[in-house]
Amino acid sequence: MLSIRNIVKQYAGHTALSGVSLEVERGQIFGLLGPNGAGKTSLIRIVNQITAPDSGEVYFNGEKLNQSHIERIGYLPEERGLYKKMEIGEQMIYLARLKGLSRDEAIKRLKVWFEKLGMQTWWKLKIEELSKGMQQKAQFVATVLHEPDLIILDEPFSGFDPVNAEVIKDEILELNRKGATILFSTHRMESVEQLCDAIALLDRSKKILDGKIKDIKNSYRNNVYLIEYSGDKIDIDGSQPFHLLDEIGSADNCYTVRIKLNENITSNDVLKYMIPKVSINMLQEVIPSMNEIFIEQVNKIA
Amino acid sequence: MNKVLLIIQREYFTRVRKKSFLIMIFVVPSLIFVMSAVIALVAKNSGQLSTPQVVKVLDESGVFTGKFHDVKNIHFETTKQSLNAVKQEAKNDENLSALQIPANYKTKDAVQIYAKKKPEFALSGEIERQMNTIAVSDGMLKHHIDTAVLRSIKSNISLNPIEVTDTGDKKANVGAAVGVGIACAILIYISLFIYGAQVMRGVIEEKTSRIIEVIISSVKPFQLMLGKIIGVGLVGLTQFAAWIILSYIATKVAGAAFSAPQGGVMGFLAILKTIPFGHIMGIFIFYFLTGYLLYSALFAAVGSAVDSETETQQFMFPITLPLLFTYILSVSILFQAPNSPLAVWLSIIPFTAPVAMMVRIPFGVPGWQLALSMSLMVVGFVFTTYVAARIYRVGILMYGKKASYKELAKWFFYKE
Repeated sequence: MLSIRNIVKQYAGHTALSGVSLEVERGQIFGLLGPNGAGKTSLIRIVNQITAPDSGEVYFNGEKLNQSHIERIGYLPEERGLYKKMEIGEQMIYLARLKGLSRDEAIKRLKVWFEKLGMQTWWKLKIEELSKGMQQKAQFVATVLHEPDLIILDEPFSGFDPVNAEVIKDEILELNRKGATILFSTHRMESVEQLCDAIALLDRSKKILDGKIKDIKNSYRNNVYLIEYSGDKIDIDGSQPFHLLDEIGSADNCYTVRIKLNENITSNDVLKYMIPKVSINMLQEVIPSMNEIFIEQVNKIA
Repeated sequence: MNKVLLIIQREYFTRVRKKSFLIMIFVVPSLIFVMSAVIALVAKNSGQLSTPQVVKVLDESGVFTGKFHDVKNIHFETTKQSLNAVKQEAKNDENLSALQIPANYKTKDAVQIYAKKKPEFALSGEIERQMNTIAVSDGMLKHHIDTAVLRSIKSNISLNPIEVTDTGDKKANVGAAVGVGIACAILIYISLFIYGAQVMRGVIEEKTSRIIEVIISSVKPFQLMLGKIIGVGLVGLTQFAAWIILSYIATKVAGAAFSAPQGGVMGFLAILKTIPFGHIMGIFIFYFLTGYLLYSALFAAVGSAVDSETETQQFMFPITLPLLFTYILSVSILFQAPNSPLAVWLSIIPFTAPVAMMVRIPFGVPGWQLALSMSLMVVGFVFTTYVAARIYRVGILMYGKKASYKELAKWFFYKE
């Protein structure tokens, strides 16, 4: 769907992107992660043809990115904004027509969206008469009205209250189910694990990690388990098939510890060792969250 | 191209639908209507008196007796009544006044007129004129100068300027030409600023409201800039067209309503008619359009480089300087010497030509100068639009960076 190849973008004094490559597959929800200033917005602007890269190429559905693709991309920038003194209805129609929709078609679709999101009464209102959250909603509608194949959202949930954030999230998921590919950037990890199929992690102009979430997480499995047992405390002294990382808690003969398995040992081996001695309440593999991976990766480079 | 049209439409209609635009459309012709009504009224009143007036003449000098002649609405009547009696009459009848001419009438302010109200200028002027003539004739007679001979050699000189042109001689009036030229120069000067500033404000609005990123993910920055410039320019043309049509109607209506006779002020209006307005208007529209395109592109670049209107000062000054300079010269020096080297050069350099040329046009400008100036205007606006577009495309995406000239130069050389 979207193939970003070896993009380099330099601004006077600093490099925004140095040789970034990404593959976004059709129908994916793709998260572009990274701390502030990593180059996410620069990359998104290049995909939107707002700026051009110094070198490198972008392919959209196998074709080199060009002006004709503009109508198939919807873009919600990080800094939201609409004409303050223009009526919402007129403004939405204008933006949709800039994306190649006819006036009639724009009106038809707007009516559907306005009804769906409870905005019917807003038609004649001016943007400056709306609250921040309402403006965001209107802008979201403007982004997706022309039914783009690729929807690019820069920090989509910032500025929404929890209720509206949920509404927008559901809409994004529905658009995705209907076939839209979604690329969104964020520096907040909570939304990533629930939403994304794949991610790329950018830091200081470089891509430091990318792939499907499942694969990334698998690669970060490092044989760490959480065990909770009752009975006499086991003194971990090195004779066990695992070693202790830390003790999480102990109360009423009930102990919780984090352990790392020795090489070629499975969780079954651990159970075999433990069961004769104590009763097991819980055994759980510890897989790092995306947040931990993110922080670990960023710190590793620094 | 279709998208540029959409942008033009939006820029045009959001401005034309504003109340302030409608108000401006009607305010200016109303002012012109009021002005022409006043001119017509003044013309009417200065030419004649509205009611018949009787002037009773108490001539103690004996020089003037029987020598006054009646004119329209003024009847002179020599009387032997006492001053007090006539004064009493004047007190009761506001259309009657008493003219007392003492023997020493030549002394300043010796002649007195008594009336219930201050006599109108038309009345006192007429009396003064007649008395002067009578006194002079009297003086000449006393010195044995034959007034009949004198009258025959008396001259009444006034210059009648004729322009010699290829198509034959034609009447010209220098005063009116100067007036029209300066009026056009002022109008161009003001409108370049008004509409240039509108473009700039539009750019700043898009930048500060951050809608810019949404728009230029749909169209190229150059298309947006072009659309905005053309849209605002059309607003300007609409305004001018409305003014011209409404003003034309207004002067006609005012002229008809207060139908004035020929004479003093109406003579001036008649002179205005000798000026080739069609020709001037065509040239005016050309210089407004090219001048506007030239300057508004620069204004757009300034708008893109700043985050708020207050920051525009440092860039506005050098842009407005040539215009201001020419404007000041135009209203003070240029019209006195419309064919001086300074005037010629100013009317050829694109940055100053729109104002300078308008001053020169009514005096007649050689064809080659006009052609050179016009072609340079086109070259000029293509050039500034190119430069401005390169700064604009970078500037609109820059936030919180205080732009310096060095910075602008850097933007200019950025690749896409």
